[in-house]
Amino acid sequence: MANFWTDNKELQFQLQHPLMKKIVALKERNFSEKDKYEHSPIDFEDAVDSYDKVLEIVGDICGEIIAPNAADIDIEGPHLVNNEVIYAKGTKENYDALVQAGLMGITLPRKYNGLNFPIVPYVMAADMVSRADAGFVNIWGLQDCAETINEFADDDQKMRYLTRVSGGETCAMDLTEPDAGSDLQRVQLKATYNEADKKWYLNGVKRFITNGDAHISLVLARSEDGSQDGRGLSMFIYDRNSQAMIVRRIENKMGIKGSPTCELVFKNAPAELVGQRKLGLIKYVMALMNGARLGIAAQSVGLSEAAYRESLAYAIDREQFGKPIIKFPAVYEMLTNMKAKLDASRALLYETSRFVDVYKAYMHIADERKLTKEEQDDMKFYSKLADAYTPLAKGLSSEYCNQLAYDAVQIHGGSGFMKDYPVERIYRDARITSIYEGTTQLQVVAAIRAVTTHTYLKHIRDCYEKEQVKPELESLKRSLVEMTDDYEKVVNKVIEIKDNDFIDFHARRMVEMAGNIIMGHLLVIDANKEDMFTRSAEVFIKMGKSENKAKADFISNSTVDDLGKYKMELN
Amino acid sequence: MAGLRIIVLAKQVPDTRNVGKDAMKADGTVNRAVLPAIFNPEDLNALEQALRLKDKYPGTIITLLTMGPGRAAEIIREALYRGADNGYLLTDRAFAGSDTLATSYALSMAIKSIGTCDLIICGRQAIDGDTAQVGPQVAEKLNLAQITYAEEILHAENKKVTVKRRLDRGIEVVEGSIPAVITVNSSAPECRPRNAKLTMKFKHAKTITERQELTDDYIAIYNIRPYLNIKEISAAEINADSKWLGLTGSPTKVKKIENVVFQAKESKALTASDMDIDWLMKDLIINHTIG
Repeated sequence: MANFWTDNKELQFQLQHPLMKKIVALKERNFSEKDKYEHSPIDFEDAVDSYDKVLEIVGDICGEIIAPNAADIDIEGPHLVNNEVIYAKGTKENYDALVQAGLMGITLPRKYNGLNFPIVPYVMAADMVSRADAGFVNIWGLQDCAETINEFADDDQKMRYLTRVSGGETCAMDLTEPDAGSDLQRVQLKATYNEADKKWYLNGVKRFITNGDAHISLVLARSEDGSQDGRGLSMFIYDRNSQAMIVRRIENKMGIKGSPTCELVFKNAPAELVGQRKLGLIKYVMALMNGARLGIAAQSVGLSEAAYRESLAYAIDREQFGKPIIKFPAVYEMLTNMKAKLDASRALLYETSRFVDVYKAYMHIADERKLTKEEQDDMKFYSKLADAYTPLAKGLSSEYCNQLAYDAVQIHGGSGFMKDYPVERIYRDARITSIYEGTTQLQVVAAIRAVTTHTYLKHIRDCYEKEQVKPELESLKRSLVEMTDDYEKVVNKVIEIKDNDFIDFHARRMVEMAGNIIMGHLLVIDANKEDMFTRSAEVFIKMGKSENKAKADFISNSTVDDLGKYKMELN
Repeated sequence: MAGLRIIVLAKQVPDTRNVGKDAMKADGTVNRAVLPAIFNPEDLNALEQALRLKDKYPGTIITLLTMGPGRAAEIIREALYRGADNGYLLTDRAFAGSDTLATSYALSMAIKSIGTCDLIICGRQAIDGDTAQVGPQVAEKLNLAQITYAEEILHAENKKVTVKRRLDRGIEVVEGSIPAVITVNSSAPECRPRNAKLTMKFKHAKTITERQELTDDYIAIYNIRPYLNIKEISAAEINADSKWLGLTGSPTKVKKIENVVFQAKESKALTASDMDIDWLMKDLIINHTIG
């Protein structure tokens, strides 16, 4: 009886973080709904107990239904029949089980039949679903779109669409087009307002749309005729019941094969405007993307968990030269490093989720009443951290999950290259995580501001360094303080040169240095509470320290002139 | 048609499916202390059939009835988390040592005291005893029609229930009058997962005995949310005659329990030839393994 919640103490640990008390109090408006809804919590302990019990249901479905279906779904995949998407048999089983268990609309308010859970337990569920089947988590995780509707749509739209999401209808976010990938300002899909019936109509093509045939789609479209940039774009809801959009093809992908990636054609498709015109890209997509990026970070950590567990089991079981291969230093080092990266990226994922939780809760409260000055400051503090940490978590955890998947195949040797073991699928599934919802390179572009404005540095110094730890962890903390001093020096040196290309050139190195320090601190803080993290803290900081030294060395020995050695000239 | 009133009979059993080496005591009895207590698997299949009828006939009320010690209230909660409406824990020292006859007597008396119902659904058998006797005996004692080995309850309308039965040689669709007792096979669909909202709604559901042991601050909610009271009923409350209860009411005596270990020395090696296959088929038919 596999249960992906009860078998994962490292994941459960994150639910006990001290900041949860604040998050739950904000999210539950001091437990004001307890007399209104039978499933509302009475107090903090009751709320966390409910999260725990519901996550146990998710863990059960993951272990008993989703994980066993993953291999068949990978082979069968979705099909296109009469321009509609038909899911693989297992995909439908998975989805039905989650709907029946009431696991849609997890973060939505109770008045829309949601569970009103914070982001943290939702991300935990995504973490587990991804471990079970990273392709499937996309379809289920697109309930994120509902958050955007909840934030920006009007009350009538919320009541109509959000209750449908809670009831089990699927979502999609239709952003990308053939000529607008990373650069969404170039979106061309046209939205035209018809004065006669006072409705918007969509015409055009979207490409690479995950779960494109969803019941409810958020569509980014050009509503301002003649405009060229992002300020001419608005956000629309397209309802599948209108039957005015067709799926032209399903992409044949390397991995996450159960998740249908669609090319869509809108032909005079009626749609509803969300929020205000012209804010589609500059405001709503940014919010949507931040949520989605957290989702990909969760997907990455879940995949890393799967990769590590498969490798550990294989290394114990597989014997060569008369003993299990886990006895060989070359293998156990790989496994221990994998575990350290897994624990580190998970710590960063939940730290980020907590920041997002606090600021989003304030944002929703601000819709109901005016925030006090202290609350406004608090919200600003956490929203700044959420913005700084989200690209860091997405960028680093997706790179780690690729590294873990690589090592997982390596530990399996020849068997890992065959389709006989799950690591072959994990390896393919992992590859997309560092590409979609913004490539790692674009996460670095978003994160570098937090380097140059010292947002990371300030939080490390003001918050993490002030945490009291047990004497046996002091030396680790000292290493982190030294790493931070070196990081500060290097960052200042790069900034002083006052050359944007030079900053961009070293951006990834500096972001990764900050990441190593932050994850190191988070592991020390966790190890201070639970011994099970001590080993990962030690190993990770050892690894991070030497990596940061190498990066600092590279940056220190480079000048603006060096860029010419790398620049490619086009004739 | 209006909703049905369904009573699901369920038993909390030691999980004998994944047993370790300490699962049996030296005297050959089951070591209940080391085995986790679970919802008897076929009773979960039965609950699923009841829940499907509830999906099909809105207004249906599902009552879970279990006989056992105080801790058996756990399976009532499990049923509530999945969509049952309420539950009764039939518990009394007088029931201790019941065999199938005494158990079915107590259950039938409890069903009478709960009130009228349209269907009584239970698993074919429990994994700790494997007798498959309790369901049929309850039907006999209540003088109701019984349909055993059910795989799917197709309809329950107009005072008639239609059931697909899974038998050794195939399937059979039968019709019976309502009220009826139906026992469900493990070949029936597995029970649905717990529902998140129902789990949060009913997680504090407790029997009076469990509430007396509570140390937290939630005592007040039992007045505000009466559905959180799991009813506990005793032998006296079902008007049971003590001579039919517990050890006194149980004619079954366990004479001896043996651990049967299959010996490899009885094995025969066969080649993939037609002759050997032919010989194997005949042998299996002669010893009634097949046919």
